[in-house]
Amino acid sequence: MSVAQSEAAGLFGTRPVPAGTPHVVGRVEEVPPGEGRAFVVDGVQIAVFRLRDGSLHATQAACPHAGGPLADGQTDARVLVCPLHLRAYRWSDGASTSGAAPVTVYPVHAADGDLVVTV
Amino acid sequence: MTAVLGGRAQGVSTLHFAMDDADGIDTRQRLVVIGNGMAGARVVEEVLERGGGEQFAITVFGEEPHGNYNRIMLSHVLAGEEHEDDIVLNSHDWYADNGVVLRAGVRVHRVDTHAKVVHAADGTTTPYDQLVIATGSRSFIPPMTGLYRGPAGATDGEQLLPGVFGFRTIDDTRAMLAAAAEHEKAVVVGGGLLGLEAARALQGHGLAVEVVHAGTHLMNQQLDPDGGAILKQSVEALGIVVHLATRTTEVIGPDRVRGVVLADGRAVDADMLVIAAGIRPVTEVALMSGLEVERGIVVDDQLRTDDPDVYAVGECAQHRGELYGLVAPVWEQARVLADLLTGTDPAAEYHGSRTATKLKVAGVDVATMGVNRPERDTDEFLVISEPRRGVHLSVVVRDDKLIGATLLGDTRKVAYLTQAFDRGTPLPEQRIKLLVDLSDGDAEVGVAELPHDSQVCNCNGVTKGAICDAVAGGCGSVGAVMDRTRAGRGCGSCKGLVQQVVEWAADGDVVEDPTAGWYVPGIPLAKPELMAAIREQGLLSVSAVFAALAPGGQEDARSKMALTSLLKMIWGAQHVRENDATFINDRVHGNIQRDGTFSVVPQMKGGVTTPAQLKKIAEVAEKYEVPMVKITGGQRIDLLGVRKEDLPAVWDDLGMPSGYAYGKSFRTVKTCVGSDFCRFGLGDSTQLGIDLETRFQGIESPAKMKLAVVGCPRNCAEAYVKDVGVVAVGNGRWEVYVGGAAGASVRKGDLLATVDTPEAVMELAGRFMQYYRENANWLERTYDFVPRVGLERIKAVLLQDSEGICAQLDENMQQSIDAYTDPWGQDGRAPATPGQFRPALPLVELPLVPVR
Repeated sequence: MSVAQSEAAGLFGTRPVPAGTPHVVGRVEEVPPGEGRAFVVDGVQIAVFRLRDGSLHATQAACPHAGGPLADGQTDARVLVCPLHLRAYRWSDGASTSGAAPVTVYPVHAADGDLVVTV
Repeated sequence: MTAVLGGRAQGVSTLHFAMDDADGIDTRQRLVVIGNGMAGARVVEEVLERGGGEQFAITVFGEEPHGNYNRIMLSHVLAGEEHEDDIVLNSHDWYADNGVVLRAGVRVHRVDTHAKVVHAADGTTTPYDQLVIATGSRSFIPPMTGLYRGPAGATDGEQLLPGVFGFRTIDDTRAMLAAAAEHEKAVVVGGGLLGLEAARALQGHGLAVEVVHAGTHLMNQQLDPDGGAILKQSVEALGIVVHLATRTTEVIGPDRVRGVVLADGRAVDADMLVIAAGIRPVTEVALMSGLEVERGIVVDDQLRTDDPDVYAVGECAQHRGELYGLVAPVWEQARVLADLLTGTDPAAEYHGSRTATKLKVAGVDVATMGVNRPERDTDEFLVISEPRRGVHLSVVVRDDKLIGATLLGDTRKVAYLTQAFDRGTPLPEQRIKLLVDLSDGDAEVGVAELPHDSQVCNCNGVTKGAICDAVAGGCGSVGAVMDRTRAGRGCGSCKGLVQQVVEWAADGDVVEDPTAGWYVPGIPLAKPELMAAIREQGLLSVSAVFAALAPGGQEDARSKMALTSLLKMIWGAQHVRENDATFINDRVHGNIQRDGTFSVVPQMKGGVTTPAQLKKIAEVAEKYEVPMVKITGGQRIDLLGVRKEDLPAVWDDLGMPSGYAYGKSFRTVKTCVGSDFCRFGLGDSTQLGIDLETRFQGIESPAKMKLAVVGCPRNCAEAYVKDVGVVAVGNGRWEVYVGGAAGASVRKGDLLATVDTPEAVMELAGRFMQYYRENANWLERTYDFVPRVGLERIKAVLLQDSEGICAQLDENMQQSIDAYTDPWGQDGRAPATPGQFRPALPLVELPLVPVR
């Protein structure tokens, strides 16, 4: 089973996102401005992004299209672009702007320099 | 019968107080437009669109009592295909609603350009600050005896004999419609576009129609004699009689039209005579006002007459010796003039129009653009003539560019040709493909004949049907279709075909992508302007470029990679690296694979390695359990499936520099064994390849550059199909080819020059690559760039230094060479950003590639 399939079927796709528990995954400075880094939260791999405007975003780590590493993608204020086939996903709701299945987005914020992801 | 077209319902009136009447403090300039036709009204629309309503109090004089209507559609009204109400462009209400004073039905006599006052026929005077003359044209009435009612010698301005019609206005059209209902036989003078349309329309009302044309063939303005002959057949097949190369010398009267006499003495019965023998600019107002008039009112590139506050646009204006009778140039002029008047673009200029038109004449499809026959000895001229089918197609090609095309009876290729004509896109080597879609084994079928389910984009599996659906679903531009379907977003080799399908599906109604001319989608500038802005404002980083040049300072993810490359080229070592503005390959200096691992290709200049290197590579491959070791197409060794976190250690153990197998950059130089070992070798290709790679290693560029050097024309290292290919031809001489490809496209390179020394090869190759770097579009490979710019131009620039830029090109390239650092050595020692080599899929066991 490919990464994409396992993720879609098991980890993110069909499981309803619960109300969620906040988890500290690391320090804000571990994610360089404009880039993304992957973390594991409660057995789930999550990509966390810090944009140049300081805002934080978190998505599932593998691209729903072909399992690409989203933390290696490029970003702007509106979208995240997967490095493998350049599928783009909106931060606002995870929907794809280029015809792929949506990504799951997670609430993320900073507290005293800690990255807090709610899963 | 005399209803005012686009008029107001009876009883409705607007009390219009001009502001200066009301309180005397209207500080707006007074803009007066003489002429309420398509040109004059368009100028007003464009001015209003630019917020000119606040700058100007606008007054428009129209000789006709009507609002503004679409004159082009009059033949459709005559044919009964359109109702006259449907051709109204701007009704009287529109003028009132927009605060424009319309003086409809008022003829202007003259302008006093010193007092800046317009004198109208009704005795009024209207002062202006800026004046636009758009008086258009009128039907040319050739001299013939008995044309006017009244005594012989009656002059212009006299009444035409009843039954004689011009074809210029809605009133002409109404009169013809009324007459057509009562009469049986019409003669149309003029076998041009308008005459043939009138003839066809009248025939549709049941009249017998004969056309008298002074030229030797129909539509001689647009068609060559052979094309005209074929059109004549088609027109006659409709039952319209055509008389060529003769004039109507006399109208038989006396009370009304009873027939005409031709120059050869023949008499033709007729009870209607329609005169459509061409148009003449209306220049009386300009003449009476002392403005310079030749054939039309003479204007400069800012559409200004010889009086600085008086402009002229449309059919009455003569620009660089040309008069235009088509609507597209008139609208271009209106836009330029509005830019100037409102100050939106004080430098706006009109430089003339390349006219292309597609229409249906008497039921026959005709499309014409540019010239219709060769003008120079070196012009290429291709004609396909099929009289039996009524098809006549021709193209004129000059210097590899389409400068004219005429399509009669079959206009399927018009979208493609219009593109080639407007944008100067590359033409197929086999010129016949301009006119016919050849199935010559390449299975190159016209898009119309492509089956619905045939795959257009093989990378993303997009069918013709999916593209058509996207167009039907509202995608109005090629870019929008590509975004929606992803067609053409893979290797890009199908972009041309995607464009053709979109144009076909949209039936030519395609919006030109506003972003098409921009270097990157996020910044509205073409490459030269973008580079100039970056230099002038000293923008060293991608975030600085966005902040300074993007609308609203908005970042754009899809623009970042191209900007990083551009900044590195412009600034060299001064460029401020921002890792997030690079693609992942450039962040970690390897080519990302489908599972998120990377490939590692050590530098191996010219494809030459050593036993020691091979041992080292073997040890590293075993140590890191590299799942596959493979020889690349570029004569390198590739370690595939290396985990991101292992990259720095792999580089360190290898102790070799990066081979740059991942970037949009100078990649590899393939070589053969040349004169050192090969018994056929004519030159030391191996050493030259190594030298080229040493000099240009890692140079970033709009798309990748793959090179090769071969020691003889047997071409073992495939130099003929490289971005830059060098071939030893004996006696110390080397041929330098550019623009070759053997990837998604296959193209033999063009011979740029034959030079005498390896040093000359290095200089020319560097110069070409720098010219390409500075002028190519993002991701435009040399095999598209060279044909787009044209080999002759590239030769002139690089060999004769026609633009005087060779020294600068050499210097700029040297700056990039000096900025080279080995990225493996650099980032291997100290990561560029925290976590640069951290796994991105920490729970996935990599590599997923099967171990062989």
